[in-house]
Amino acid sequence: MTDLTSDFLGIRSPNPFWLASAPPTDKAYNVIRAFEAGWGGVVWKTLGEDPHVVNVNGPRYSAMYSNERRVIGFNNIELITDRPLQTNLDEMRQVKKDWPDRALIASVMLPLDEETWKKHIPIIEDTGADAFELNFGCPHGMSERGMGAAVGQVPEYIQMATEWCKKYASIPVIVKLTPNITNILHPAKAAKDGGADAVSLINTINSIMRVDYDTLTMYPTTDGFGSHGGYCGEAVKPIALNMIAEIARNSETSDLPISGIGGITNWKDAVDHMALGAGNVQVCTAAMVYGFRIIEDLCSGLSDFLDSKKMETVSELSRRAVPSIKDWKNLNLNHVDKAVIDEDLCIKCGRCYIACEDTSHQAISDMIDGKRGYRVKDEECVGCNLCVSVCPVENCITMEPLTTGVDPRTGRAITSQKSDWTTHPNNPMRSG
Amino acid sequence: MVFRSKNTNPTSSMSDEQIANNFVEMHPPLTPSQALIEADRCYFCYDAPCTTACPTGIDIPKFIQQIRSDNIVGSARTILEENIMGGMCARVCPTEVLCEQACVRNSHEEKPVEIGLLQRHATDPVIGAGLQLFERSKNSEHRIAVVGAGPAGISCAHRLAMLGHEVVVFDANAKLGGLNEYGLAAYKTVDDFAQKEINYILDIGGISIESGIRVGIDLKLADLREKFDAVFLGIGLPQVNDLSLNRLEVDGVVDAVDYIAALRQTEKISSLPVGNNVVVIGGGMTAIDIAVQSKMLGAQSVTIAYRRGPDEMAASGFEQRYALTNGVAIQHWLTPKSLQVGEGRLIGVYFERGMADCGNGPSTSGDSVFLAADVMFKAIGQTIDWETLGDIPELVSHAATRIDVDENRRTSLDDVWAGGDCIVDGENLTVSAVQDGKVAAINIDRYLRQHKNQFPGASHD
Repeated sequence: MTDLTSDFLGIRSPNPFWLASAPPTDKAYNVIRAFEAGWGGVVWKTLGEDPHVVNVNGPRYSAMYSNERRVIGFNNIELITDRPLQTNLDEMRQVKKDWPDRALIASVMLPLDEETWKKHIPIIEDTGADAFELNFGCPHGMSERGMGAAVGQVPEYIQMATEWCKKYASIPVIVKLTPNITNILHPAKAAKDGGADAVSLINTINSIMRVDYDTLTMYPTTDGFGSHGGYCGEAVKPIALNMIAEIARNSETSDLPISGIGGITNWKDAVDHMALGAGNVQVCTAAMVYGFRIIEDLCSGLSDFLDSKKMETVSELSRRAVPSIKDWKNLNLNHVDKAVIDEDLCIKCGRCYIACEDTSHQAISDMIDGKRGYRVKDEECVGCNLCVSVCPVENCITMEPLTTGVDPRTGRAITSQKSDWTTHPNNPMRSG
Repeated sequence: MVFRSKNTNPTSSMSDEQIANNFVEMHPPLTPSQALIEADRCYFCYDAPCTTACPTGIDIPKFIQQIRSDNIVGSARTILEENIMGGMCARVCPTEVLCEQACVRNSHEEKPVEIGLLQRHATDPVIGAGLQLFERSKNSEHRIAVVGAGPAGISCAHRLAMLGHEVVVFDANAKLGGLNEYGLAAYKTVDDFAQKEINYILDIGGISIESGIRVGIDLKLADLREKFDAVFLGIGLPQVNDLSLNRLEVDGVVDAVDYIAALRQTEKISSLPVGNNVVVIGGGMTAIDIAVQSKMLGAQSVTIAYRRGPDEMAASGFEQRYALTNGVAIQHWLTPKSLQVGEGRLIGVYFERGMADCGNGPSTSGDSVFLAADVMFKAIGQTIDWETLGDIPELVSHAATRIDVDENRRTSLDDVWAGGDCIVDGENLTVSAVQDGKVAAINIDRYLRQHKNQFPGASHD
C-alpha cells in the first residue's frame, strides 16, 4: 500500500482527494462527516458578500442516466452559499481547529471591486484556511450578476481579481476556471499572470438536460420555467482531461500546478486526471450520487495502483502521461495498426461488423468458412478503432501494429521511419 | 370424469389453499424496473441469432430496444406484427431451446437475456388495454374458412382479416383457443389469459366464429371448399395414441390430455380427483405437465416412466428439471407391459426395463419392474383424426399421420392450406403453429390475388 499523503502548494493532506466547493461542503455538519469518512480536504462552499444569496425552492438538480439508470451526467442551478458569511467563518475556524491534518480551502466569489476584496480576504484567511480558491466558474445565476463565469470568460478580469486576492492574502491562491470558453490557455495564462499559485478546473458546463415529454417544456422547472444549469459528473471527464492536459503541456502554462476536477468517480478517473497534469483532485458529483463512503475505494484503489507501478508517492504519478500528448500534425503517419478479432473470445453479436459496414470502411466480414463469425479484412482496415470501441467483450478486439512487410490496404512497405503531416506532400504548408 | 370409482382418493392430501398456491404462475411477470435492467443486457446484435431462432422471426433486439426507450406500444407492435400470439408465446414458448438458447450472452456469461419475460412485459399492457395496433385493408370480398380455433387457425384468421378478407372460423369446442385453452399447463397461463388474448385478436374485425361445429361430421370439408374461396385446416391432433396393453378400460387409466383439459376448465382446481400413486407414461411436454400438476394437486408420488433415455425425451432439459424440482420422479428405459387390476381398479403397472440404444432401437434387458399406481396417465402423443377428414382422399401424407404441406403450408389441394400440429414436421409448439397460420394466410392472399383476380376494392400495386 503506497502512502497517499499529498502535498499541493505546500498544503498537506492524508490523501489527494478533496471535496470540491459545492453542496457537500456547505457547512460544518457535512464537512465533519466527510473528514470522518476519510476525505483529505475540502474546498468550503463558495463564500460571498452579505447579504447572502437565496436559492430557488424548486428543483436544483437533474440527471442524465445510462440505461440502467446510473447517473452519468448531472446538472445543477444551485448558487454559492446561502448562509450569512459569519456563520461560515465561525464553522470553518472550528473545523480547521478540530481537523488540523486536513486541507480546508476557502472558495470565494466577490464583485470586481478591489475594496470588497480588501475587506473580505483578510477576515476569511483568519479562519485558518490553507488557501483561497477563486470561483470564476459558476455558469448560472452568479454569472448574471457579473461574477463566476462572467469573470472567468474574460482573461483581463481573471488577472485583475487574482492580483487583488494575492495582494491581500498571505496563503496560496488557486484560480478555478470555467470550461465555457473557446481556449482554456487564455484564462490559465491570465491566472498565472495575476500571480495565481495554481489553477483548478473544470467548473461546470452550461447545460439544459432535456424536455418534459408530457408538457414539452424544459425539464426540470420551477413553477413552469427553467434556467440553464451547470453540467458535471462522469460525462464531463474527457472535457476536463483535455483542458488540464492543454495547460500541462503548453510551455507558457506548464509550470502552473493544477487541481483536477471533472467526473472523478473512481480511482481510475483520478489516475487519468493526475497522469494528464493534476497534482491533486477534487470530487463533487460522485459524492452527491453515492455519499462520502466512495472515498474508501478512491484511496485503496489509487494506493494499490501506485504500488503496482512501484511509485512511492502520488506526486510520481502526476503528469506522467503529459509527454504522450502531441498536436495531431506530429502523429506518425507511417505507423499502421490493424484490428484483430480474437475468435475464441468473440460472442458473435455482430456489432463490430454492422458498425464498420454501415458507418466506416467495410473492413469486417460476417462469415468464417460459411458460418456466422467475424474477421477483419486487413486490405480494408484503416485501424480506426471503431470495432474495438463498440465490442461488448473487453479485449476481444485489439489493435495490432504492423511492423514488417506491406500494408495490404495501401500496398506500401512498413517502415520504422517516422513521417508526419508537417512534411507530408499533401500539406501545402509543409516544412522542409 | 376421470376416476369413476369413489374408492380412488377423490380429494387431495393438501388443503385448498396449498393447492391454489401451487398453481400460481410459473414465471411471474417482470416489474418495470426488472424489465429495464434486463432490457439493458441486450447487446442489440446485428442479424441477431435470437431472431433467427424464433419460429415467427420476431425482431427481438428491436423490441427490446423499444422497451429500453420507453416505447412499449412500439415494442408490442414489433412483436405482434410477426406473432399475433406473442402474449401467449411469451408464457409458454420453450425459450431455453429457442431464442434464449441462441442469445450471445450465453457465450459471454452463460446467462441469456430473459427474452420471454421481456416479450410479456411489452405485450401485456397492450393486450390488457385492448389497444388495436393493426388495421384491416380494404375488403377483398373473398371469404376463407378456417377450421380450428387453435393458435394456427387464429393466427391465420387474423392475418387474413388484416389483408382484407372475410374469415369464418369453425371450431368443435365451446371456447376458442384450442390447446391454448384446453391443453397448456394451468401454471403456465393464469387469469384466463387465453380467452383475453383471443378476444383481443378477434377485435380486428372481419372474423366470425362458428363454435360447436365438427368439420367432417357436422360439415364436410368438400362443402367448405365449395362455399369458400380457400380453406385453412388447423385441426390439431384430436386422436390420442393408445398403449397396446391389456384391459385399458379400467378405473384409473386416464388420457393426460383429457385431464389437463378438465383442469384448465374447472372453477376450483382442488375439486379435481387426484391419485395417491401416479404413473405417467410418456416423455413429452404433456407428460411433464400432467406429472407436475398431479404433484401440485397433492399426489403422494408421481413417476414419469419413459421407454428411452433423457436425451430422447421430447420435453426440454428445462422442463425435465422443472418436473424434478417439483418432486416428480423420472424413470427411464421403462416400457409398460401390463396392468395389474383388482376389483376393476388399477393397482399397478408392470414394465420391462430397456437398455441404451445399440443402433437398432432400444433393446430390452428382460427385467420386469412393477410400479404401484392407482392412476396411470397416458401421454404418448396424439394423431390426426383421418376418419372425419375421410372425404378428401387427395389430402394425403407420406407418413399418413399428418397432413403434407409445402413451404407455404399449402396441401396437395389447390385451395386448402394447413398448419399447426396437424401437418407433417409440425413442431407441436404454439409458436410454430402461429407461424404456420401466418405463412399460410400470406400465401392464401397471394393466391387469391393472382388466381381469383377479383379484387374490386383492392389497389393494384
